[in-house]
This record gives sequence, C-alpha cells and structure tokens, in this order.
Amino acid sequence: MELKVKKVERIDGVRESFYIPAAFGGLRLTVRHFFRNLFGSKDVVTINYPEEKRPVSMRWRGRHRLTRKDDGFLKCVACYMCETVCPAKCIHIEAGEHPDFSIEKYPARFDIDELRCVFCGLCVEACPKEAIRMDTGVVAMAYSSRKTFDFTRDLLRDEYDPRKHDSPKYGDEDLPRPESKESALPNSQGIPAV
Amino acid sequence: MEFIIEILSIPIIQSILKIIFIILLFAMPLGTVLTLMERKWSAMIQDRVGPNRANIGKYTGHGLLHIAADGLKSIFKEDTIPHGANGFLYLIAPFFGMIAGVATFAIIPIAGPIGDFTFQVTDIEPGLLFIFAITSLSVYGAVLAGTSSNSKFALLGGTRASAQMISYEVFMGLALMGIFMVYGSTRVSVIVDGQNEYWFGNLIPMWGVFTQPLGFFLFFTALIAETKRAPFDAPEGESEIVAGYFLEYSGMRWSAFMLAEYIAVAGVAVLMTTLFFGGYHVPWLHLWESAPQWLITILQITKFSIVTIFFCWIQIQLRWTLPKFRFDQTMSLGWKKLLPLSLANTTLTAVVVLTFM
Repeated sequence: MELKVKKVERIDGVRESFYIPAAFGGLRLTVRHFFRNLFGSKDVVTINYPEEKRPVSMRWRGRHRLTRKDDGFLKCVACYMCETVCPAKCIHIEAGEHPDFSIEKYPARFDIDELRCVFCGLCVEACPKEAIRMDTGVVAMAYSSRKTFDFTRDLLRDEYDPRKHDSPKYGDEDLPRPESKESALPNSQGIPAV
Repeated sequence: MEFIIEILSIPIIQSILKIIFIILLFAMPLGTVLTLMERKWSAMIQDRVGPNRANIGKYTGHGLLHIAADGLKSIFKEDTIPHGANGFLYLIAPFFGMIAGVATFAIIPIAGPIGDFTFQVTDIEPGLLFIFAITSLSVYGAVLAGTSSNSKFALLGGTRASAQMISYEVFMGLALMGIFMVYGSTRVSVIVDGQNEYWFGNLIPMWGVFTQPLGFFLFFTALIAETKRAPFDAPEGESEIVAGYFLEYSGMRWSAFMLAEYIAVAGVAVLMTTLFFGGYHVPWLHLWESAPQWLITILQITKFSIVTIFFCWIQIQLRWTLPKFRFDQTMSLGWKKLLPLSLANTTLTAVVVLTFM
C-alpha cells in the first residue's frame, strides 16, 4: 500500500511571528467568558456539592429500601430470591413465622451490608413482590464506621437517610436503631406497624 | 497639636509615613488581594466557581477568607532548609524579589501635589533609572534561590529566570527611551505632568499610549517577562523543572515568592498607569476650573486606582489566555524581534522629536 503524505500547512510570516493578532484573538474569547461569568455566572456548570445535589434519574440505583403495603406493612415475604441472586452475597434474610395464617412468612431479619453491595440491581429484578427497590436517591454513603453500613430491616424500611438526620455525625452511635424487633412486626392483627 | 504638626512637617517623618501608607495601604493589599483575584478571575474565564470554601461559620465572603486561610497556613508550616543548601543565601533570597516589587512604588505619585505636599515617597532626578536598577535586583532573588537550594531543578529554573530577565531588561530600557525623549526627562513627576497636555485643542490627552503606542506594547511585554508570568513563564514548568527556582521553599518563604510575584504585577500596573495612561491626571478635568482641591485629589486617586486595577486585570487575563512560550521562542522573540523594534522605535521617536518639537 502506498503511504499517503499529508502536508500540514504551516502559517508563517510577520503576522504570526509577532503573536499580537493571535493574542488579541485569544483575549476576545477569554474576556467574553470573564464578563459573562462576572455578571451572573451564566456559563458556570459547577454544582456546589454538599449544599446542592445533582438530581438523579428515577432509574439511578442508590441505596436499597423495602417497600410497604398500603397498610404500612412490609411487602417482603422472605422468599430468599434476592439473597440467592445477589452476586456479592450482601443480603442476609431470616424468615419468621407470621401470626396471621393468611401470610406465610415475613422477614424477621433483613440485613444488607452496603459495603459489599455492588449496586447491580439484580435483587430488585428478582423480587416477585416489588418489595425491594433502589430508588432512594442516596448516591453517596460515607460513614466513619463499618457497622454503620450494615443496614438492618427497620433502617431499610424507614427509608432512613443518616444525612437527613438532625445531627449528621455519621457515627453509628447516632443511628436511631429500633428498640425491639417486635415493634416492627408486619401483620394484620392490630399490632402497630411502627 | 502644634507639636504634632511640627513633627509631621519634618521631611523625613513625612517620607516614613508615606512609605508606610503606600506600602501598607496600597502595595501590600493590592498584592495580597491579587493572589485571590487571580484564582477567582481565572475561574470566571474557565467557567468555574473558584475558591469559596474557607469560612467563619456560615460567612465565606465569596472566597475572601481564603487570603486569611492561606496566610495562616503558610505561617504555621515548617520552614525547611534542604540538606546541603547554602543556609544564609537560601534564607534571604525570597526577599529580594519582594523588595524590588515594593520599591517600585517609591517613585510613583498616586495623586497631584497639594502645595508642598506630594503623594509620592520621593521624586528623585534619576526617576525611572531607579526602576531599572531595582528590577535588575529582582534577578538576584531568582538566581540566589536557584543556586542556594542545592537542587538541580531549582538551579535550572534559576538559570532560565536569569537568562530571560536579563534579556528582556535590555529592551525594557530601550522601549522607554521614546518616553524620555517625548517628555524630556526621566523624572516621574515631569513625565506625568507632560501627559496632562492636549492635542488638537482639548481633544486628545498626550498620554504615553498615544505618543508612544509601540513603546507601550514593547514595555508592557518586557515587564510581563520581568514578572516571569505566562506567556513568559519558562522559569517554571510543571513537567520539566516543577516550580523552578523556588522549588525547595516551604511555608512563609514560599509565600514570599508568591507575594513578590503579585506585588510585581501590581508594580507593573502602576508603572503602566504612570508612564502611559496619564498617571493620576484625570483627563479633561482642567476644563472644570472651579473644582475644589479635595475633590480633585479624590478623583485623581480614583482614576489612578481604576487604571491600576485594569492593568492588573489585563495581566491576569493574558496569563489565562496565552500558552507558554518555549524557551527558545522566548529568547528569539526578545532578541530578534522586540529588540530591533525598540531600537527602531527609539530612532523614529528621536527623528520626530528633533524635527517637530
């Protein structure tokens, strides 16, 4: 194959060698940007992160949450589908026997280790009851202790966001953990949901 | 009270007070604020936000507190001396540049004289020759820092800085010859008063930029090269010699180099204002004959400050516009193009002055 030679045209001459026309051309561009941004930051696209947050789309896979039925109880039936499909093995479920005989099982424990989670979304796809979703919009989780990343059932259910807590110190001692497991028992026999 | 007035009328006390006022209220604040303004303005040019995080409680002052934060930080940082460095030269080097920058302000009048009192530290006969002498001194800052650091990179940076500064000093002087010829003196007050004349009745003020347009460009280019800022920032180079001659410095001494750079920028701005934009003279103010003296002085200081800030801005704008020259480009531009041009400018001005004035 014959090699093709492309000759790059070099602009020489007095006009180029004194740099002044080129300098003025450049100045025209930068001055325009300067004055546009001096009066009202028109071109600035920066999001001042901790104060402003970038809106995420509805399909963004953020932190998990457990959805609830209209009566306030968890939709989860403890079928272990998500735990089985999870490639990172970060979901741990313990099924409990429900007092209401019309409901077979409920999750006595539903723990997600968010540090192990790879946010693949397979658990959401696997769930037959639409009980688990990743639509909280919590983009960044940054806490100072590993234990804080272990989200238990009640923390997941409450759509709890530590950053929205009144005193966001990000320590696990600041997390409002539920008093007892029974208080969150999902049933239809008049035991309060929360 | 009389005692105070008597003391204030002693020339040396007046000079000391003027030095304190001009340095503490003009040169240093301008240099310090420019360190922040460079970052803020460059952010605007590049569509960014710029520094806005330093705060006291909720108050950030649009980044103004970064000045205090930077100052405090560099004061408390360790002042290291590299192994094998020449300690004494290493320690005094940062202040050469700073002294040279501040000394520029000594002969600059910031407002017209009221009676015997001048708004100028001293009006010496050599005038601008003093400026040339002082700017040559600032080369020592770079050279001493480069040689005394015991670092190859610093040495290379110092060599580049000295070569560049000495080359551009040559035609910096020649570029001003035109100004000396047109206004007939090296004394700054004479040059400034010469710019208060008008052409065509009262139409165009005889500013240096109109009498010496080529000299204006040449002198401005030379001064930018003297401050070692882009596009003439060959003494620094992130990819080759890191920070150049002040590579090994830390803490407040490093800040002294940075501050010296910005004071030099402010010094360039006041020189351009004084020599090419009429100094403190407000154009066409003489038409208003009944203007009170205090108002004239305030207007003069305002005009001087506005033009000075404009020139600071244009230097920063240039820095964020132009790419850096290669070192051989810097040299060939200086010696092969700007030096002959300034010689031509000097000759042409001499012919015109001899023929028509």
